[in-house]
Amino acid sequence: MASPKTSKDVQSVSGITVRLAGDSGDGMQLLGTQLTNTSALAGNDVATFPDFPAEIRAPRGTRAGVSGFQVQFASEEIFTPGDTLDALVVMNPAAMVTNLDDLRHGGILIANEDGFNEKEFKLAKVDSNPLDANVLEETYRIIKVPMTKLTREAVSEFGLGTKVADRCKNFFAMGLVYWLFGRSLDPTLRFIQAKFSNKPDIAAANEAALRAGWAFGETTEAFGESYQVEAAELKPGIYRNIMGNQALAWGLIAASKVSDKDLFYGTYPITPASDILHELTKYKHFGVKTFQAEDEIAAVCSTIGAAFGGSMAVTASSGPGIALKAEGMGLGMILELPMIIINVQRGGPSTGLPTKTEQSDLLQGMYGRNGEAPLPVLAPRSPADCFDIAVEAWRLAVECMVPVMILSDGYIANGSEPWKIPTMSEIAPITISHPEGTDESEPFMPYARDEYLARPWAIPGTPGLMHRVGGLEKEAGSGNVSYDPANHQHMTDMRAAKVAKIAERIPKQDVSGPETGDVLVVSWGGTYGACHTAVSRCRTDGHSVSHAHLRYLNPMPSNIGELLRSFKKVIVAELNSGQLRLLLRAEHLVDCIGVNKVQGKPFTVTELVAAIEQESNAIKDDSRLKAC
Amino acid sequence: MSTLPVLKPADFASDQDVRWCPGCGDYSILAQMKKVLPDLGFPREKTVFISGIGCSSRFPYYMNTYGMHSIHGRAPTFATGLKTTRPELMVWVITGDGDALSIGGNHFIHALRRNLDINIVLFNNRIYGLTKGQYSPTSVEGQITKSTPMGSIDHPLSPLSVALAAEATFVARSIDAHVKHLGETLKRAASHKGASLVEVYQNCNVFNDGAMAYAQERKQRADNVVELEHGKPLIFANGTKGIRLVGTHLEIVNTADVPADDLLIHDEKDPNPSIHMMMARMSYPAMPEPIGVLRSVEGVPTYDDQINDQVATATENKGDGDLDALFTSGDTWTVE
Repeated sequence: MASPKTSKDVQSVSGITVRLAGDSGDGMQLLGTQLTNTSALAGNDVATFPDFPAEIRAPRGTRAGVSGFQVQFASEEIFTPGDTLDALVVMNPAAMVTNLDDLRHGGILIANEDGFNEKEFKLAKVDSNPLDANVLEETYRIIKVPMTKLTREAVSEFGLGTKVADRCKNFFAMGLVYWLFGRSLDPTLRFIQAKFSNKPDIAAANEAALRAGWAFGETTEAFGESYQVEAAELKPGIYRNIMGNQALAWGLIAASKVSDKDLFYGTYPITPASDILHELTKYKHFGVKTFQAEDEIAAVCSTIGAAFGGSMAVTASSGPGIALKAEGMGLGMILELPMIIINVQRGGPSTGLPTKTEQSDLLQGMYGRNGEAPLPVLAPRSPADCFDIAVEAWRLAVECMVPVMILSDGYIANGSEPWKIPTMSEIAPITISHPEGTDESEPFMPYARDEYLARPWAIPGTPGLMHRVGGLEKEAGSGNVSYDPANHQHMTDMRAAKVAKIAERIPKQDVSGPETGDVLVVSWGGTYGACHTAVSRCRTDGHSVSHAHLRYLNPMPSNIGELLRSFKKVIVAELNSGQLRLLLRAEHLVDCIGVNKVQGKPFTVTELVAAIEQESNAIKDDSRLKAC
Repeated sequence: MSTLPVLKPADFASDQDVRWCPGCGDYSILAQMKKVLPDLGFPREKTVFISGIGCSSRFPYYMNTYGMHSIHGRAPTFATGLKTTRPELMVWVITGDGDALSIGGNHFIHALRRNLDINIVLFNNRIYGLTKGQYSPTSVEGQITKSTPMGSIDHPLSPLSVALAAEATFVARSIDAHVKHLGETLKRAASHKGASLVEVYQNCNVFNDGAMAYAQERKQRADNVVELEHGKPLIFANGTKGIRLVGTHLEIVNTADVPADDLLIHDEKDPNPSIHMMMARMSYPAMPEPIGVLRSVEGVPTYDDQINDQVATATENKGDGDLDALFTSGDTWTVE
């Protein structure tokens, strides 16, 4: 069962970006996940970008139905799934015409030529076979492989119907890709055995297809050599590959354990947040209760109910659902109960682009409630960072008795990267104390405040502390309903000050590069990798540019204003029309240049480099002019 | 040997002034609740009242228990989060006709169909009081209100029918002015394991005075209301009239004219809600309206028990979750 070894030449390269594209039903996401895991296990650094349609089964063969998975694996630390492709695998004409533009000149195009016929041309709305275009041969290395035919031959001995046999062709493609990039077949062979343990004939057929694909690479004259990417130099430790939503779910469970609380997760299914529910509901034996509510409002309100009862309570959604939760979030805020609200952002407005990424809910997270209702807002910068952000969010929530919002996004949620596995003993405990019962000789003050301006978390079942909370303004201390003007001013100020004070306790904003210079690039959320890579590249090229990536958006670290003023120009790069830029300008009166994009796709490093070079060169030109 | 302190109704009163309009039916419901709770022998600190928005929803502020005055229509959802995580608490939801059936209609049906072990008391005055007099989902057709100067064209919704359609396991109705009956009904609801709905006819003497006088006023009540008792025939008008099941509908008969066993015998324990639904549809003036317990089916698993049972079963089968083991499960690799 061991993985075979190639006898052809092997060329060593530092990194490869490959995209697998086919019809929604072709199993491209599975292929991509397997290639990612295998590469991670080989010690490469990996970054992924799955890109699929919102429809479960968009019309077969059409451009709308194309599903893609891009992965970069490298022998050095990487932060993005790559801009241009070194290799593109396409299963049909629609996949080819929608993805070819991203293949670099000289890159490898592998096409399943059995998927290129008149019927498919019509579905893809192309006049002739795109593989026949003369320009192709000059621009790319084209490898046409009759994958369907070869797969059928490879699995013929198992006597499967044509339909079932054809379903194995993604494993054939996988085998070929594995050969080309020197990947071991072992992890995927293990996966096949586990996944199809109840269907031995399907398992055997998929294994045969995988091995046939590998053997095709080894024997075809089309490939003279394969490529090898050595292991990356990562920090010592035990690693696994992890996706953003999975890391969020695990982080929530970890936070519940270190705070000695059971986790309640109230939610309503929505793309791209649902996988958090799917993940959490597997872990009931960790004391996790999941509640699939009747709607988004019920989800957030059940969370508040669980928080009132003393549980670690969490709800999650995406933009449209967060809009529905607005009134509930405001109540959670004025009740001053700890909880976590997660927004896995997607393209908006309204239903928008459900499966595509965007960062356009920042202002909704900051201000999307009636009245003065500030909440702490945190944003993970990568899939693995979701774990740490979940723990940090819960720590702040209980420290301040306030709902904390986490802004993830579709790119982080579905993307994956190597995660250096922590041990639970490394995670600092979160200490929670509920006031103890009394004999009622002293009146209980549910809205008295401690040094963090937090109120006591007295929970039902505690004798002598019976009290009523509610959405009407409360009197300071007693928590009784109060319409007193001065009290309303005081309570509004206290709730805001409580959140603002967090800035005193969180780390100062760190900067990658010098703390002063020509250009500062500011970013937040899932654009970290692209911004980091672009800034590093520009600095190598001699530009005076640094990078500040915000994980705390409300409040921001206390040194952010000083930092902005330490550079001649500030670029704010975000996947929206300028929401963080608006906040920075308003708060710090520093002009900022926006680099913005709302195309449902992450930034490429190239476009960020271009934007940085433009501003940096303008400063250089300016100083030259002044010197003249 | 220590004994639990004997509580009095006054022990359940908070220190807050009650601010309903003088003469409001809510006072009677508050008084009955304070009277019933000591009899249940349940600790105050384990009792929680959760309300939505509206006149009735100020209720929790007046009770010396734990309480939450939440947002409009959503009280059952807060109760769901609380009861599933703290099943040992006794959770009451206080709501009104607008709160439960208009803005909160969705949560009302879902809390009932899940059979969450909570008690919902729905104050039905057939009007919006706190917003000063617009029609509600239970206002009668043609009703003139501030928002319906030419009369309401909405068909009213029956809380009992909605609850039965959701197959609620406990469905009852009482009347604010019928204090003894109200107290008994609340007690029955509290002792039911599963979701309980008690609709209370409650007079809004400012915006809809006398809308249910036919049932509330002692003199009219006998002719217009059937007091249900399990295992007893449906009779009213001081025993002179009864209700008979004919085919798929109910009709009024003179008890003198028919044999006693022709009358419909009330079976609140019938798992099939069909006849309960027929009773819920009896409405004034064509028919007398039923009060008391229409339906009380025991032994149906509750949502809160089941969600906790699944956690217990998973823990029993897999042991207490070990995060270090979870993190290192599956494919991992070591960097030296």
